[in-house]
Amino acid sequence: MFGASLAPWVIVVPLLSATLLLLAGRRADRWGHWLAVAASGACLLGGAVMVTGMWRADPAARQALVSWPTSGVAWISAGDLRVPLELRVDQLSVTFVLLVTFVGFLIHLYSVSYMAHDPDRRRFFAYLNLFVAAMLLLVLSDSFVLLFVGWEGVGLASYLLIGFWDRVPANATAGKKAFVMNRIGDMGLLAAMALLFAQGHGLGFGPVLAGASGLGEGTATAVGLCLLLAACGKSAQVPLQAWLGDAMAGPTPVSALIHAATMVTAGVYLVVRSHAIFEAAPAAQLVVAIVGAITLLYGAVVGCAKDDIKKTLAASTMSQIGYMMLAAGLGPIGYAFAIFHLVTHGFFKAGLFLGAGSVMHAMGDSTDMRRFGGLSRLLPVTYVTMGLGWLAILGIPPLSGFWSKDRIIEAAFTGVGLRPWVFGLAALLGAGVTAFYMTRLFFMTFLGRRRFDDDVHPAEGSWLMRLPMIILAAGSVALGWLLTLGGGITGWLAPVLGEPQHQEPVIAAPALLAATLTLVLLGGLLAWWRYLRSAVPVEAPPGNLAVRAARADLYQDNFNETLVAVPGRWLTRGLVRSERGVDGAFGGLGRGVAGAGERLRRVQNGYVRTYAATAIGGLLVLTAIVLSLIGRG
Amino acid sequence: MAITNYLVLAMILFALGTTTVLLRRNAIIAFMGIEVMLNATNLALVTFARIHGDLTGQVLAFFVMVVAAAEVVVGLAIIVTIFRSRRTASVDDANRLAG
Repeated sequence: MFGASLAPWVIVVPLLSATLLLLAGRRADRWGHWLAVAASGACLLGGAVMVTGMWRADPAARQALVSWPTSGVAWISAGDLRVPLELRVDQLSVTFVLLVTFVGFLIHLYSVSYMAHDPDRRRFFAYLNLFVAAMLLLVLSDSFVLLFVGWEGVGLASYLLIGFWDRVPANATAGKKAFVMNRIGDMGLLAAMALLFAQGHGLGFGPVLAGASGLGEGTATAVGLCLLLAACGKSAQVPLQAWLGDAMAGPTPVSALIHAATMVTAGVYLVVRSHAIFEAAPAAQLVVAIVGAITLLYGAVVGCAKDDIKKTLAASTMSQIGYMMLAAGLGPIGYAFAIFHLVTHGFFKAGLFLGAGSVMHAMGDSTDMRRFGGLSRLLPVTYVTMGLGWLAILGIPPLSGFWSKDRIIEAAFTGVGLRPWVFGLAALLGAGVTAFYMTRLFFMTFLGRRRFDDDVHPAEGSWLMRLPMIILAAGSVALGWLLTLGGGITGWLAPVLGEPQHQEPVIAAPALLAATLTLVLLGGLLAWWRYLRSAVPVEAPPGNLAVRAARADLYQDNFNETLVAVPGRWLTRGLVRSERGVDGAFGGLGRGVAGAGERLRRVQNGYVRTYAATAIGGLLVLTAIVLSLIGRG
Repeated sequence: MAITNYLVLAMILFALGTTTVLLRRNAIIAFMGIEVMLNATNLALVTFARIHGDLTGQVLAFFVMVVAAAEVVVGLAIIVTIFRSRRTASVDDANRLAG
């Protein structure tokens, strides 16, 4: 059983720790963070045991279902719906478990020092543990329902952590924005579950995905699009991308863990996990690829104009997840590459974010790159680790980003007709733009003239902050190559995702590689020309129309405001008005009855003689009626 | 003497009783009015029994007497209780049950 029975414990341990930290209150302030680090370390240990166990196991016996408390016990039982508490331990989920626990553990360590002076550090760590538990539940669950619990759990943790410094209203608003936009995606997941349940296969991954080919194409397309909506919400893909930039209001370790390495990739996980559904619905799959292609360019364009180091990285995250979505939408050829890029991206982007955190830590929480410059001497460790992350995201061989991104570009160029050209060129162009904005970020921060005030004296943080950055940088360097050894991650994931059939790209692979590297070089050179060779002004120049648009996130908020928020408010006002009408009708009816009652009440005056008179009067009337009837009969 | 005279007498007694109930405030007097109404009814019942040569009316009159006796007991008890608590036997003063 290769240690699969550890699966429930890696979820329960951080959950218990989070509960304890939240309930213990101020009493736990002194040691709370170490408890959280220990819980996260225990998860990492559990994840490592599971992976090595699986590695050693016979390839045919690498998948397992772990039921809790025992098999055959339903968690939810309602009519035809039976949902057991079952965890699926297979190559895909343990890959995620290892990524989440490893990066999570490093970021826990980093946060001990980063949040050292925050009076609410214990609460922060409780939320981090809650996030780890929810994320592990998300990736380990064996049914859409249980996945949804984790899905909402990470959403909650994300909300709590974005608005962690909620004394600033803007931060609280950013948390709310993320939460509301995620709800839209969650509706998609709920609708997908309802559609799947109507097919009668239940909601477990096993039966649903096995029966996916039996779905009608219409149903499969509807389910696929609903799942894509959910993935768009969670992974900040167009059209639900607007929350990610604002989510940078949270503490930087949160941005690294949740909004770069793990949670935002949950959408990619969902699409890849339900690949059988998308294979039954080519139209939905095509939409996935289109969304990915649009987002990767969108994020890249936005990244070029931002002066806020974290927002640039957020735009870059969006763009890189766009690559993963594109790969996931390419079909069997791309799934493994999507996960591959997800893992390598998790390392180098978390490293970049931690580097950004280190810079902010040194610069008194400033995020304006126009006021950095020349930090390479002052922050040597951050300089080197971020430099390696920068080269990795650029896709410079042999760093990790090269291995994963190059394959996505290659896969995007396969197929027939117009398709490879559209997706391939988008991916290729994205690589060039990525090189531009990441080089811009790197040069503006670390090289060139010092543009900060004289009273700022930047210095590296403690070893607790440096160590995670160094480990992640090492991962950014070596992981891509390591994951191609001996069958690589493609072969490792093949039992879950299917064997990818190799197809030749429409342009020969070496030519593609050369084109990619040339574009990357050009992007880098342009950034060098603009931001290193010529001086960077401290105040942002007004810029042309395109720059202004990109600075304003391509007007995404105005777009949402005009297209969704304003009609929504109109609708609400209309509903309020019509409700007044309905209310008025029923209120009037009520008032009429009450008035009639009030008048009738006066008849009951309490005088016995009046009652007697009424009784006798009634008797007389009755007698008169009876007599008249007799007289006529 | 025509037997219908008994009926006329019964009507007069009933009307007197009714008037007493409606016009007098004193509970005892109103109660007496009710008794007069009951006896007027009894007289009518007995008269009809005589007219039809049938005992049903007379039997019914007995029932009315029994019920009236019981009613007097209960009614007087109520009146005495009200008098004890309020020092008055006026039916118009006991109007607290207004709606």
